Amino acid sequence: MSTSLDEEDTRALAGREVALIDILDRLLQGGVVLAGDLVLSIADVDLVRIDLRAVIAPVDAEHPAPPLL
Amino acid sequence: MTDIAQHMVYAYAVLRPTPEAARAVAALRGVADEQVGLVETGDLAAAVGPVPAREFGEAALKARLEELPRLETLARGHHGVVAALAPLGAVLPLRLATVYRDEDRVRQMLQERRDEFLPLLERLTGHVEWGVKVYTDAGGETAAAAPEDDAGDSGLSPGRAYLAARRRRRRGAEDAWQAAVRTAARIADEAGEIAVERVAHRPQRGELAKAGGAEAGENIANDAYLVPADRAEDFRARVLAATEGQEGVRVEVTGPWAPYSFALPPAPVAHRESA
Repeated sequence: MSTSLDEEDTRALAGREVALIDILDRLLQGGVVLAGDLVLSIADVDLVRIDLRAVIAPVDAEHPAPPLL
Repeated sequence: MTDIAQHMVYAYAVLRPTPEAARAVAALRGVADEQVGLVETGDLAAAVGPVPAREFGEAALKARLEELPRLETLARGHHGVVAALAPLGAVLPLRLATVYRDEDRVRQMLQERRDEFLPLLERLTGHVEWGVKVYTDAGGETAAAAPEDDAGDSGLSPGRAYLAARRRRRRGAEDAWQAAVRTAARIADEAGEIAVERVAHRPQRGELAKAGGAEAGENIANDAYLVPADRAEDFRARVLAATEGQEGVRVEVTGPWAPYSFALPPAPVAHRESA
């Protein structure tokens, strides 16, 4: 596996000046969704109003995680 | 087991277990300032870190996600790890706050999902994500028009001058909106020439959106594009060129990102379309 990104890309990727809202777009709407041992149900997270209500439910046999990846 | 576990395992990304990956994680600290490491099983690995159970248990995590400053710390910590691993060439970022009881559970997850992770890694290898946001540029419009307005309205009474200025502003806003829509469409066309996939995120609104830039107009498009890494700069240049000479429009290109927006199965979750 070779890297095709140069150093500038690397710095940009690691940049701390990235806007929080752009990170949250990706971390709350993107990313692989897995059934962790805690499942975040963040469908109703409304970033528009910074109304960050997240519902976390434990995974168990009676309430299996929704079909994820 | 009589004692309660002191730590849980926070998972950041799925990747291939290469020596480069092992070296990369060795230099990383995660969301709890913990040493990040790899959990490996066969041809897959997860970048994970042990985090205090009292901070990452159900209730604590829920509370943390509801407080913006603490959410920010968590999100930036997660992003920092993913961003540092992205240059390895293939990384599947996990969604925020994916937490396991222990490393065995992570291994189990990797094994269970192997048949889905491998093709996804294959598809994303050598690609980066770019964000393209199109805004109406109402602020710039008003500011630019102001001196001219004063000159043009000098013969009018204050009341008429006010009304004339207001009409112009409203017309300006409509024009800006139309221009932004046209620009967004042109950008999507241009971007599609290079990108292999596109995901439309919700337009950004509210306080957090304003924090990004004081002059922000209304965000009318918030798209992510999956672009071959060797055409990354080409992509950015092309998108920016497509916006040149457009009045009343501001375009922001962010990235390159790890392919967060494309680390999903072709499923109903996001609005996916072929670029």
